[in-house]
Amino acid sequence: MRHGWLRFLPGLTLLLFLGPIAAGLIGTLLPAFGYLPALGGTHLSLEPWRALLAAPGLGKAIGLSLLTGISSTAIAFVLTVLLFASGHGTRAFNRAKRAMTPLLAVPHLAMAVGLAFLLSPSGWIVRLISPWLSGWQTPPDVALVQGPFGIALILGLVVKEMPFLLLMTFAALGQIRADDQIRMARSLGHGPVQAWLKVALPQVYPQIRLPIYAVLAFSLSVVDMAMVLGPTTPPTLAPLVLRWFNDPELTMRLQAAAGAMLQLLIVLAAIACWRAAEGVIGRLSRGWLIDGRRGGDGRIARLFGWSGLAVVVSLAGGSLAGLAIWSIAGRWRFPSALPDRFSVKTWMAQAGHLADPAWTTLAVGVAATALALLLVIGCLENESRQGRMPGLGALTLIYVPLLIPQIGFLFGVQVVLVWAGLDGGWIGLVWSHLLFVLPYVFLALADPYRALDPRYARIALLLGKRPLGVLLRVKLAMLLRPVLIAAAVGFAVSVAQFLPTQFVGAGRLTTLTTEALSLAAGGNRRVVGVFAILLAALPLLGFALAAAIPAWRFRHRRGMAIGAPG
Amino acid sequence: MVRILSAVFLTLALSAVPAKAADQPAWDKLLAEADGQTVYFNAWGGDETINGYIDWVGEQVQARFGITLQHVKLADTAEAVARVLAEKTAGRGEGGAIDLIWINGENFASMKQQDLLFGPFVQDLPNFAHVDVQGKPTTVLDFTVPTDGLEAPWGMAQFVFLYDSGTVPEPPRSIEDLLAWAKANPGRFTHPSPPDFIGSTFLKHLMLTYIDDPAVLQRPVEEVDFMEVTKGLWQALEDVRPSLWRKGETYPANGPGLHQLLDDGAVDFSMAFNPAEASAAIGAGTLPESVRTFIPEAGSIGNTHFVAIPFNAAHKAGAQVVADFLMSPEAQAKKQDPEGWGDGTVLDVAGLDPEDRALFDDLPRGIATLSPEELTPVLPEPHPSWMTRIEEEWLRRFSS
Repeated sequence: MRHGWLRFLPGLTLLLFLGPIAAGLIGTLLPAFGYLPALGGTHLSLEPWRALLAAPGLGKAIGLSLLTGISSTAIAFVLTVLLFASGHGTRAFNRAKRAMTPLLAVPHLAMAVGLAFLLSPSGWIVRLISPWLSGWQTPPDVALVQGPFGIALILGLVVKEMPFLLLMTFAALGQIRADDQIRMARSLGHGPVQAWLKVALPQVYPQIRLPIYAVLAFSLSVVDMAMVLGPTTPPTLAPLVLRWFNDPELTMRLQAAAGAMLQLLIVLAAIACWRAAEGVIGRLSRGWLIDGRRGGDGRIARLFGWSGLAVVVSLAGGSLAGLAIWSIAGRWRFPSALPDRFSVKTWMAQAGHLADPAWTTLAVGVAATALALLLVIGCLENESRQGRMPGLGALTLIYVPLLIPQIGFLFGVQVVLVWAGLDGGWIGLVWSHLLFVLPYVFLALADPYRALDPRYARIALLLGKRPLGVLLRVKLAMLLRPVLIAAAVGFAVSVAQFLPTQFVGAGRLTTLTTEALSLAAGGNRRVVGVFAILLAALPLLGFALAAAIPAWRFRHRRGMAIGAPG
Repeated sequence: MVRILSAVFLTLALSAVPAKAADQPAWDKLLAEADGQTVYFNAWGGDETINGYIDWVGEQVQARFGITLQHVKLADTAEAVARVLAEKTAGRGEGGAIDLIWINGENFASMKQQDLLFGPFVQDLPNFAHVDVQGKPTTVLDFTVPTDGLEAPWGMAQFVFLYDSGTVPEPPRSIEDLLAWAKANPGRFTHPSPPDFIGSTFLKHLMLTYIDDPAVLQRPVEEVDFMEVTKGLWQALEDVRPSLWRKGETYPANGPGLHQLLDDGAVDFSMAFNPAEASAAIGAGTLPESVRTFIPEAGSIGNTHFVAIPFNAAHKAGAQVVADFLMSPEAQAKKQDPEGWGDGTVLDVAGLDPEDRALFDDLPRGIATLSPEELTPVLPEPHPSWMTRIEEEWLRRFSS
């Protein structure tokens, strides 16, 4: 049986992908230069850019975006490197790796709301030490959440992005056979930190470069997290641009479109600068890499790396616990550390409101993930049958939606979808989620798929199986675990999407994320707690299933157990 | 001064109401068309008691008219305006995503000006006959802009301040006193961040306090020297800013956000655009029982909020039936119940049938709610263009 159609799948995937993004960019670019016929803008002009440059708070907003975006990415990266350098191969480190998966699963918004409950002046941390230790009878007038330097936003981004970089680095290390090389370096007398920095890092870095750029692009343009944790007067650039898109003064859309383009330029410039910095650091460290010094036992790296990890894990854990407690809190005034009484009243009252968005979240997540799996497996299968590896170019294209700020093209996508009559409908929503789900599913599945020993498939073919049968009964059956993990990752990505749902859902289709964010503005912590905890629970459930199903399915097959050889 | 304005108002209001009775056969036809429709009601969703009321409306219109009401919760009404504009951009003249919008003020002015609204339809709604357009002129003059039948009045709002009588035994009597209190108690007062409507309305009260001639506020802002007229407002804000909560570096997002600060004990005052909101919040356990309300002796701003239908709404019949039901004595009385939302009625209660009137007479008044006598005088809203300019200028000065 020939599978000619499989050959077109990579092209189709890229078209599904790049088509809407290109259309969205054009649909944003034209209004940025004054072309928006509905508002009477029928000729090109620079007026939107003039208005943008004169907008109050623009300079400060850009500065805040750069500060929060770059420092959070740098902190997450440095922490990752310190942890690997000081912990590679230790048992504690492998345990820590397992703790990262749930952190990765929790949507940004749920984490942000939890952190706000934890870190605000009337939050849990202050409550725990008041008044017995601090003497505070009323909340202290200090600004961390929504404070002027975006510290809470930086913390929130680090908590969410460090686990991603850690897991990406783990995957990359597997490809370069780092264990053997580090053992070699250690046997030559290098300290653990020096061995990792000098042997593993230079090889790993090119592999995790794209994930780092994705983190950088995301952090520079994040909206939902910034609206909860970031400063407000002004906010960072992306929420400011969203505010302009939503301004009752309709001509502000033009200025907003110009702002969206500016956001895109900032992200591209930041990536370019990061890239340049890589070159400079690489050149400066060349001498150090080969100076033959072996270094000490890495005590300091270990101290910083592990304390960073401890802070991240306890902030995340405290946030989730805080969400859960607020959702069942009765009367809970400052400075009580716990509510006076607990009640399920909020859950009961919200049950009716939860059902619709929860169902939409689930349905869109499952649909987008299933489509993404289909396309990714199809592309990978095509690749293995053609027997060639895709060049770096194709791989980069998969990353495009992650490197372009969402706000830069979603306004245009909205216009295109409205024009096509697809806005506010399931097709448009699933499609817009697919743009972001697919790259992550590809990331999660590509390595295990390519690493599968081709001899299994060859033997099955020799035994007379058809290619489709080989794919389903042999390859996917053996790859059940990575396929399910990729699905869980994809589902978690879909659940977390705010802007695509906001722009494409037309308000008719709302998910837990969009509901939670509009409620977060209202400030009713109990209701927000209910939505946020459910928001966090759905993807966690996905990962739990991804772990449980293979364990059950393979319960009689020792060779398929975790850690089994092969 | 206020009396003159009211007189101007009334004249404008009367001229704005077309004297046309509802047409029964046409209405029956509309009801038949509405049966089975799903009406997407885009309404601010930041307040749980209001959301609860909209749920009740949904049950009622389902049972009575076979209409499914879908509450699309907005963080800001402008999102809905943006959506309608996006649809117009794409040339979608019908089948729009939004059927009904909760709206007033600058959003209405903006949509009216851009021809984004369906209508006039309001004078054809049977229950509009009960609306007190003479006693409540803002039901047809939205921030001085004639509604021209493009939006149906839904509720009366009046601005009040909330304070914690446990920490502030005697509330200030004027805006000046309030600002003096804030300066004497650093970090204990703040306001929601404009363009949130509570924050913007607080600024308007400051503007009214420090203006020489409030009459200019009834004209579009373009006709006057904005900076000269509002000099006092900005001076007062600059003076008080260092004494605000977090030194004015950040502000709560909206009214409920400020209530939360009051409940935390982080500040001693809050604000609401509904005199009964404090009582409702005490009942719901989200504000301490010691909270009370006051308005300055000079009065506070009152306005009307409305529902409107976009020009391209997919379910215009259903939307009109819902808009009419919202004005019915039963729905209005339920809305005014302080156990729920507690929002004031737009109807002329004295002119209703005794049966309907009883619905209102039986309503209790909440523990923290002022009497109608205490809630005077009611000040008119400035022309919507003022709101836009004030917000812009506030953002320029305090958010950059």
